[in-house]
Amino acid sequence: MDFLRPASWEEALAAKAEHPTAVPIAGGTDVMVEINFDHRRPEYLLDLNRIELLRAWEVGEETVRLGASVSYTQIMENLRAELPGLALASHTVASPQIRNRGGVGGNLGTASPAGDAHPALLAAGAEVEVESVRGSRLIPIDAFYTGVKRNAMAPDELIKTVHIKKADGPQQYSKVGTRNAMVIAVCAFGLALHPETRTVRTGIGSAAPTPVRAKAAEEFLNAALDEGGFWESGRIITPSIAKQFAELASASCNPIDDVRGTAKYRRHAVGIMARRTLGWTWEQYRGTGRSLEGAA
Amino acid sequence: MATTGTPTNITQGSKTKGGIGESTLRPDGTLKVTGEFAYSSDMWHEDMLWGQTLRSTVAHAEIRSIDISEAVAMPGVYAVLTYDDLPTEVKNYGLEIQDTPVLAHGKVRHHGEPVALVAADHPETARRAAAKIKIEYVELPVITDEASATAPDAILVHEGRDDHHIGHVPHPNIVHRQPIVRGNADEAAKRADVIVKGEYTFGMQDQAFLGPESGLAVPSEDGGVELYVATQWLHSDLKQIAPVLGLPEEKVRMTLSGVGGAFGGREDISMQIHACLLALRTGKPVKIVYNRFESFFGHVHRHPAKLYYEHGATKDGKLTHMKCKIVLDGGAYASASPAVVGNASSLSVGPYVIDDVDIEAIALYTNNPPCGAMRGFGAVQACFAYEAQMDKLAAKLGIDPVEFRQLNAMEQGTIMPTGQPVDSPAPVAELLRRIKARPLPPEQQWATAGEQADVRALPGGLSNTTHGEGVVRGVGYAVGIKNVGFSEGFDDYSTAKVRMEVVGGEPVATVHTAMAEVGQGGVTVHAQIARTELGVTQVTIHPADTQVGSAGSTSASRQTYVTGGAVKNTCEHVREAVLEIGRRKFGSYHPAWATAELLLEGGKVVTDGGEVLADLVDVLEDEAVELELEWRHRPTEAFDLRTGQGNGHVQYSFAAHRAVVEVDTELGLVKVVELAVAQDVGKALNPLSVVGQIQGGTTQGLGVAVMEEIIVDPKTAKVRNPSFTDYLIPTILDTPTIPVDVLELADEHAPYGLRGIGEAPTLSSTPAVLAAIRNATGLELNRTPVRPEHLTGTESS
Amino acid sequence: MRVNFTVNGRKQEADDVWEGESLLYVLRERMGLPGSKNACEQGECGSCTVRLDGVPVCSCLVAAGQVEGREVVTVEGLADYAKHREDAHPGGGCASGACGTSIDAAQRWQAKPVDGQTGEAGALSPIQQAFIDAGAVQCGFCTPGLLVAADELLERNASPSDQDIREALSGNLCRCTGYEKILDAVRLAAARQEEAV
Repeated sequence: MDFLRPASWEEALAAKAEHPTAVPIAGGTDVMVEINFDHRRPEYLLDLNRIELLRAWEVGEETVRLGASVSYTQIMENLRAELPGLALASHTVASPQIRNRGGVGGNLGTASPAGDAHPALLAAGAEVEVESVRGSRLIPIDAFYTGVKRNAMAPDELIKTVHIKKADGPQQYSKVGTRNAMVIAVCAFGLALHPETRTVRTGIGSAAPTPVRAKAAEEFLNAALDEGGFWESGRIITPSIAKQFAELASASCNPIDDVRGTAKYRRHAVGIMARRTLGWTWEQYRGTGRSLEGAA
Repeated sequence: MATTGTPTNITQGSKTKGGIGESTLRPDGTLKVTGEFAYSSDMWHEDMLWGQTLRSTVAHAEIRSIDISEAVAMPGVYAVLTYDDLPTEVKNYGLEIQDTPVLAHGKVRHHGEPVALVAADHPETARRAAAKIKIEYVELPVITDEASATAPDAILVHEGRDDHHIGHVPHPNIVHRQPIVRGNADEAAKRADVIVKGEYTFGMQDQAFLGPESGLAVPSEDGGVELYVATQWLHSDLKQIAPVLGLPEEKVRMTLSGVGGAFGGREDISMQIHACLLALRTGKPVKIVYNRFESFFGHVHRHPAKLYYEHGATKDGKLTHMKCKIVLDGGAYASASPAVVGNASSLSVGPYVIDDVDIEAIALYTNNPPCGAMRGFGAVQACFAYEAQMDKLAAKLGIDPVEFRQLNAMEQGTIMPTGQPVDSPAPVAELLRRIKARPLPPEQQWATAGEQADVRALPGGLSNTTHGEGVVRGVGYAVGIKNVGFSEGFDDYSTAKVRMEVVGGEPVATVHTAMAEVGQGGVTVHAQIARTELGVTQVTIHPADTQVGSAGSTSASRQTYVTGGAVKNTCEHVREAVLEIGRRKFGSYHPAWATAELLLEGGKVVTDGGEVLADLVDVLEDEAVELELEWRHRPTEAFDLRTGQGNGHVQYSFAAHRAVVEVDTELGLVKVVELAVAQDVGKALNPLSVVGQIQGGTTQGLGVAVMEEIIVDPKTAKVRNPSFTDYLIPTILDTPTIPVDVLELADEHAPYGLRGIGEAPTLSSTPAVLAAIRNATGLELNRTPVRPEHLTGTESS
Repeated sequence: MRVNFTVNGRKQEADDVWEGESLLYVLRERMGLPGSKNACEQGECGSCTVRLDGVPVCSCLVAAGQVEGREVVTVEGLADYAKHREDAHPGGGCASGACGTSIDAAQRWQAKPVDGQTGEAGALSPIQQAFIDAGAVQCGFCTPGLLVAADELLERNASPSDQDIREALSGNLCRCTGYEKILDAVRLAAARQEEAV
């Protein structure tokens, strides 16, 4: 095993180009577990800790440009207003120690369906900026996840920045685990209201081979809210609409039975979380309409 | 050449009296908070090698061949050992039945069984070498439950059994069977107005001690070996290690290193023999440290169980009879299964008066992971089932569940189903009264005025699953009975060596036992006993090793009773010897030396009237008094193999719990809000430690109620979740407030009247939480742990 | 490979480090600092918690090569770290990052050795003393990690609520105590800290 320690982003790209099998390591919270447990012996480890730009973020007009290594703790502490869904998701990640090290880049690189950030990114709307010596490109989040622990990146590419749409309305995030802290998702659900476009976006974690959006549920809800004039009136969403939204969200899942939970439970729980997060965000929208922060 | 990090003498000086009954602080506390306390995994020796164990990847298979050639050839590898390298005819070990191979011979019987060993200069070298060993398996069908184990054509997990249980078991795949018959259950059933039958399942729990199995073996110049290890019973290990190495016991010098928790999981041998074999083969010190993954295969677990119960009661709430069958899955090797069977059967009635019983407990041999000792030891599984039965009976009779239990509660004088009278306080009804009388915690503590819900106080916690939606509160009660000490005629004794001398102008006592301090605070209590008995403030606790006689195991809630008793006993004899010196030197100066009862207090010899006769410093001068004595509790008897009759237990321990839970009934997530305990401890030698034990035991019971389970694939008998990512134990956010109510009703048979306390709180905690969840949800819930799918009707179809 | 970093205020150099080694392994097996514990090596138990440039992390998940040039505080250096903080910011309560982590401060500060024979450290930090006094230590394997995490909590939040304590310590598993005495210890340390102001 070789340990590559690039001092700059350019050096990192060059190293990745030269050794496409190199495994990038930033927070180490995935990679080191695999090494400690002898599940993985990469030829090269590519340490990204010395690259400052990966730890920076920038709040723009439309988006937040989030460096791949910005820690979950920093997201919780600094970006709660701009990225409330992701801040809530960050709060559910493992433990304080892990949140101090891990970042969204790692979640995206690993592309595990159980990664906590994915549903929040899907719901908010995001693009992943990846780069190689060949140049950089933006991958829409909807096209990023390609299979179980697989993503749309080329072997010589590294994740640089995630461009996440700034919240224009309330966002929520829920995750089911069988412990009250420090738990991997049995399943998770993210929901964002986008009053500017009068749309709702969602994200589901750990209930399909990849993180997915509940598209049928979104389409139904967008139409129902539109037809009922809910965005203008701010009326309470009728229980039948919420129920159907939940059922459609549930139906978007394609889960499996594993040691963490049954497929049946995952479908069930996603429906409950869909209904609840819709209720919470809509209450926030009806209320101040401006309180964008999450509850947790 | 120095061994660093070896255990140091622990000296606790104290200006206060610091005797029994006070909450003196741990003598090892400072070392533990500074990081200096030397745990077994901290052992280091210059020039040491790292040992690695290669374990089976399948549960049941013949081994066709093992090819170690590539591993041996690797640079940095010093030894590769398989069964063929074992030096003597003794190839197996075991607590009671020597059925466990040191290294697999021709066959593996469970997933993760040790097959080969490697010693190398770096752990990674050792891992890579182990990965290069080629083993050819031919898989065999797996035995995984009672039906497959006892089928007429079942493959025998162990061919040619010749142990002392084979004569009375109905099938060779049953390790041990213990029936208990008293009165006539069928006849008594006719008097019952209601009968309740239940079938219960208890999942496989792991001890999950935080310090993984580890140790260091250092070859000695005389051909022997020094072993620094974390264990519960040095001398039991020694008896199993020495024959395999072909060494006399005195050439295997064992020293207890710091133990990172045990809970039963260190009663059996893990890496001890392996490290010694590698050290003797290479002539170099060898360290073995399991990681968490390997630890799940490195020790036995709590027996999963199926329990079939029938109870009857009259309409005025009196139990008429009980019938039960308890099937414990012992896995591939016997470990402590026979004793667990004895406990499960003899305590299957619970702390209740039932004259007519028909009981059967068995442990199976299967290809599942071996199971053995864990805190509560057979009594835990039974308590889960009989307490569920009590609630069902109370509901059927329309009687309050606590009142129903009190109506049938045992008391001093009650005859156990084994025919043994309970001859010390058994305040079962009082413990229940106390937990019930406690005010309930406020409702909806998550809802703070004017703010959003605090999810940390809600089911789901930080995962933000509910802000109060679907949340229903439930309250449940349970009580249990656990035996203390080794039962069934076992010669349960301990040894204490105590030395008294003047050091630096002050009388000092040194207490030397082989007691394994695993965190319980035995070292604290030994110092307290020595102060009380010898009137000194300075007590040195010598490291535990095999240079002193056996202390027995740190298990069965027995150490304060038995080794505490041994320390007390030796101190009393040392005191007599010191007084004899005093009489010799000063007897002529004061008549009280001959006539009064004399005590040692505050460094002086005093009369029972308080008159000071002499300073200990003057009595002892440069003389040292040292004695090593064995001490045993009163004998017990074996249970009759057909009727289960016999005075099998020496003492019982009782605790009762009230659980308050809030359940998100839609998502099936549980938040335990409060878990109140009342326990009789006889006499609290160290109240702070007593409370700590009770809270810790309670939390382990909570864990197996709602999250902890080793999941074994029924088709392959392979463990599916050997990690802390998927075997979950409670975090601080899962653990509620645990108020503790301590009763001290002395047991006149025990030292200071004390009662063993470690296990009882683990029993009733689980059924109390289950009862509370049933109360919140109305569901029947006949298995533990309860998972979200059980609460939402979404089990896999 | 070779790794240079600062541990408890002292410059350290580790040679022949295997690239897959964790910071935890280097501390325990190469630096003679076994206080940080190896209980799970998967970031689930917090027993190996150290501060890396002031931030609490699981040292089992930090690759050794990643600590090049950085500063680590382990339980062995906790008492002196707390002492320095008390000297620099009497009464505590400074924000993390602003305290004890500046290059300046770190350069002035050095851990004093602990006497391995008697276990007598120069002095214990308030949180260490509180753990002993409250009975929060049983087997003690989780203790070093909990101490580092709890000390950092009290550094940024001088009077935490019970729920704050639970949240801050939710990454540290304890199997012996049921956590009640650990809560007591943190409350005790916070109360003593307030009294001292």
